Amino acid sequence: MPSSQDRRPWTFYVLSLLMLLFVLFLYGPMISVLVLSFQGPSASLNFPLRDPSLIWFDELFNPTRVGDVPGAFSRSLPLALVVMVLTVLISVTAGFGFRHRFRGSGPLFYMAIASLIIPGLVLSIGILVTAQFLGLSASWYGTALGAHLTWTLPFGLLIMFAILGRLSPSYEEAAFDLGASRWQSIKDVVVPIVFPGMIAVALFGFTLSYDEFPRSWLTVGTRNTLPLEIWTMTTNVTSPALYALGTVTTVISFFVIAVALGSIILIQRRRSK
Amino acid sequence: MNSRSSALPYIQVSPLALVLILFFSIPVALVLLVSFFRYQMLVGIVPDFTFKNYADILTNRTNWMLYWSTIKFALIVLAITGFIGFWISYFLVFHVRNLVTAIALFLVCTVPFWTSNIIRMISWRPVLGREGVINQALVGSGLTDQPVEWLLYSDFAVVIAYVHLFTLFMIVPIFNSMARIDKSLLEAAVDAGASRWGVIWNVVLPLSKTGIALGTLFVVTLVMGDFSVVTVMSGGLSGSAASAIFNDLQFLNYPRAAANAVILLIVVLLIASAIFRLVDVRKELVR
Repeated sequence: MPSSQDRRPWTFYVLSLLMLLFVLFLYGPMISVLVLSFQGPSASLNFPLRDPSLIWFDELFNPTRVGDVPGAFSRSLPLALVVMVLTVLISVTAGFGFRHRFRGSGPLFYMAIASLIIPGLVLSIGILVTAQFLGLSASWYGTALGAHLTWTLPFGLLIMFAILGRLSPSYEEAAFDLGASRWQSIKDVVVPIVFPGMIAVALFGFTLSYDEFPRSWLTVGTRNTLPLEIWTMTTNVTSPALYALGTVTTVISFFVIAVALGSIILIQRRRSK
Repeated sequence: MNSRSSALPYIQVSPLALVLILFFSIPVALVLLVSFFRYQMLVGIVPDFTFKNYADILTNRTNWMLYWSTIKFALIVLAITGFIGFWISYFLVFHVRNLVTAIALFLVCTVPFWTSNIIRMISWRPVLGREGVINQALVGSGLTDQPVEWLLYSDFAVVIAYVHLFTLFMIVPIFNSMARIDKSLLEAAVDAGASRWGVIWNVVLPLSKTGIALGTLFVVTLVMGDFSVVTVMSGGLSGSAASAIFNDLQFLNYPRAAANAVILLIVVLLIASAIFRLVDVRKELVR
């Protein structure tokens, strides 16, 4: 409790322990996969690690042995980047739209929430059926792109609500009163407040698309994206190559997260100067 | 709000509306339509208006069992993630005094959210498996003679994986709600003679209800819609409502898959509307 500043209450220690156990629970299994992806030729899926090597990473880039990992990656990456850009553009503008009262804002909000909570598999069937009705074939750059957006846009919108909740309209009005032009008030008042949130939206857009499985399942067409490739491997591949793939995708995700969080910190630091 | 240009908000939300109508509303409407079609072996989908698919599903005992097991999983996972989510958020907001430490710990909790779910699920294999870390420790320390079999490919493993994947969906909204609570309210309650539990029960809990509601919405709908975790972690022994859809699709029986999908969607939307009735999430979000 904040009232007892000097001595920590016993709940502090209990909850610290809970926190520690939770972090262990979150990261322990991920670390074991990371370590075991360096397993030697014994191909054991369990500890101990014998003769550490990189052979299972080699295996990944040898398409004859385990699916088409490089190909799947070459589709997942551009797809995630396009989803990221569209998510930022669409959810940021929509977020501003929701600051005004307009007819239909309620139904649109609930449509976005429904789109967020609909089981991915249900949506996947729907989009496939729609494509068939229109006589189109499913593809990762068409139907799958749309399927991913129905998942990333509501997230983007929720983040924008959280960010714009802090942007009081009186800030903009004050800027106007002080003689700022519309453009100046956007550039000097709105953008600095909203920009870190836009990076967060971009992070969500990229990672949610890059890792999405159920919404991709029926919508990618004949060529797999990375999560589908991993899904196939979970049933077919019984070698540490699966762990190696897990390590590679996790490293990529961590890289993206680090870039996003790093740039947010950098911006905040520059602003506080 | 000003209404200088009344067309502006419509222009701003139109791309969102367009994407949602094209890739959400129309597909859902078509799933509803196809669910009344007929499935014929070797022919495929035949346009029709029949309730046979629904009758098939509702009279099949297996489907009721699948729904029952999914709801059971959802409630167990909701209880565990709710407990962890509430106390971790409470710890971060009210116990950690340094803001930078609190944000760092919060990020530690959220980073796995941005990595692959399937990989995080698979990562339990070397831990829970027959020759996994836990069994090695148990046998090695002499606590058990035989490796414990039910750790992996069991309902236990399914619950572990759900909690591992979905607790973040609880922590983030609850943390967000709690962080907005004015700390002087808590001090006032203590000064007025409230006990520690009294403060948590009467002040913190009611003020975090939006976060708890949003977290519940996420966790319940994610568990209800899942088929990959339950398939992989139970080793195919357990199923979920969505795995019935998955099975129909394997036999290319689209009409019955669609009918199953419609039923699942109705159940999920009913749960969501119940949550929204209890807590006006929209009012809290858009303000």
